[in-house]
Amino acid sequence: MRRFEYHRAETLEEASRLLTDLGDDSFLFAGGTDLLVEIRERLRRVRNVIDVKQIPGLSDITYDETRGLTFGALVTVGRLERLPLVRQRYPNLRAAFASLGSIQVRNRATVVGNICRASPSADTIPPLIADGAFVHIYSRTNMRVIPLAEFFTGPGKSVLAKGEIVTGITVPPAGDNTGKAYIKHGRRKAMELSTVGVAVSLTMEDGVCNDIRIALGAVGATVLRAPEAEAMLRGTTLDAVTVKSAADKAMEECTPISNVRASADYRRDMVGVLTGRAIKQALEAFA
Amino acid sequence: MKRIVELTINGEPRDMAVETCRSLLDALRDDVGLTGTKKGCDVGDCGACTVLVDGEPVNACLMLAVEAEGRSVETIEGLQPGVDTLHPLQDAFMRHGASQCGFCTPGILMMAKKLLDDNPRPTDEDIRFGLSGNICRCTGYTKIFDAIKSAAREMEAARS
Ligand SMILES: Cc1cc2nc3c(=O)[nH]c(=O)nc-3n(C[C@@H](O)[C@@H](O)[C@H](O)COP(=O)(O)OP(=O)(O)OC[C@H]3O[C@@H](n4cnc5c(N)ncnc54)[C@H](O)[C@@H]3O)c2cc1C
Ligand code: FES
Ligand code: FES
Repeated sequence: MRRFEYHRAETLEEASRLLTDLGDDSFLFAGGTDLLVEIRERLRRVRNVIDVKQIPGLSDITYDETRGLTFGALVTVGRLERLPLVRQRYPNLRAAFASLGSIQVRNRATVVGNICRASPSADTIPPLIADGAFVHIYSRTNMRVIPLAEFFTGPGKSVLAKGEIVTGITVPPAGDNTGKAYIKHGRRKAMELSTVGVAVSLTMEDGVCNDIRIALGAVGATVLRAPEAEAMLRGTTLDAVTVKSAADKAMEECTPISNVRASADYRRDMVGVLTGRAIKQALEAFA
Repeated sequence: MKRIVELTINGEPRDMAVETCRSLLDALRDDVGLTGTKKGCDVGDCGACTVLVDGEPVNACLMLAVEAEGRSVETIEGLQPGVDTLHPLQDAFMRHGASQCGFCTPGILMMAKKLLDDNPRPTDEDIRFGLSGNICRCTGYTKIFDAIKSAAREMEAARS
């Protein structure tokens, strides 16, 4: 194992200061399920890790009908996966959480770490973007809250400046008229990264779709929205013909590459299939 | 840099002097001498290194030893209730031939223990979901499933 120094921060300010003072190759350390793997496989040069797990106040989960679901940076995927509220109100998030790695991995991996790693194939990102989630960002001079959809700038890259720390995520409340789905497509059912992931969150009123967001994972440099497909669906009853043409539009809107997991053409085809399927699944909430 | 880490291993208070970049897996095997926990991949894929930390299964290869400060760690060496008695899962694995080369067995036993503690009557689907982070290259899993279900029945009978 390549050597690195381990630091333990007791406050956000200390962690942020360490990040700037220790210089390049210094990273926050949460569950370590990305960081330690990248160190072992020599994918990332790491000289310092800054453990944030002793910082108080980052492990809370709260829900209320106006603000929605808020969870801190240290909340693990496993904890959220097992939460009855998530099972009942956010089946899309639940599907993403339960499909991430193994039980052992989920007991350590944080959702915020999954987001900060900024992988285009990260499973928690599409449903959180489709739900319109926000990211809370700490810096020593200025705190900010931004839409998750604006957080990513490329594979492995985000808007975080040196010394900035994500403190948590807020997901808007899940109203009774909402339907949500996330479908992960891989070569096998477990312990698999997404070949394509499609998330749909929609709201219906009197049988008409008044809002819908579609987020596509692993088919672009970041998780993508499909704005033109969404526009075709808003104001319709989501009949089969409209859904089919919107799914075709989503295929045009994505920008997949070929890699070991699948070819670009296959990924594009799957966007079409899974977009239709995810809309259908989201509508099951109203059946 | 080395640090002294105080923790509980299989119910006994211990301290270990470890390099801060050392994994809990390497510390258990090389510093503490508990070699029952295996290293198959060192990157979270195989589950051979599964231990319970404060009762929750984790990959010991993906945790630093310093993070175990103040925690309770259970390894395969602590599964046996006594010197001459086996845990029902160990007994069932032997009877069913659920272990061939044995490399995956410690991790699978720890995971199966957690599964049965939470869910005394698991379905095949529950077992499949519970063990999806544990890879076995030898058995084809069938005998592992048989052994877990058999141990579940025996543990249930022993309770009633
Ligand atoms: C065997 C295995 C299987 C996996 N399977 C999947 C899968 O199916 N789907 C999937 O999406 N992922 C998968 N993953 C990756 C997943 O576990 C990680 O993405 C995890 O969620 C990252 O969280 P962490 O707490 O472990 O982060 P860490 O590894 O601690 O950190 C990840 C990155 O985020 C940064 N970071 C952490 N916290 C903060 C913060 N608060 N503010 C700013 N930056 C921060 C770190 O500096 C680092 O760059 C798998 C991993 C393994 C080992
Ligand atoms: S050695 Fe830890 S999961 Fe393989
Ligand atoms: S018995 Fe050999 S890997 Fe499972």
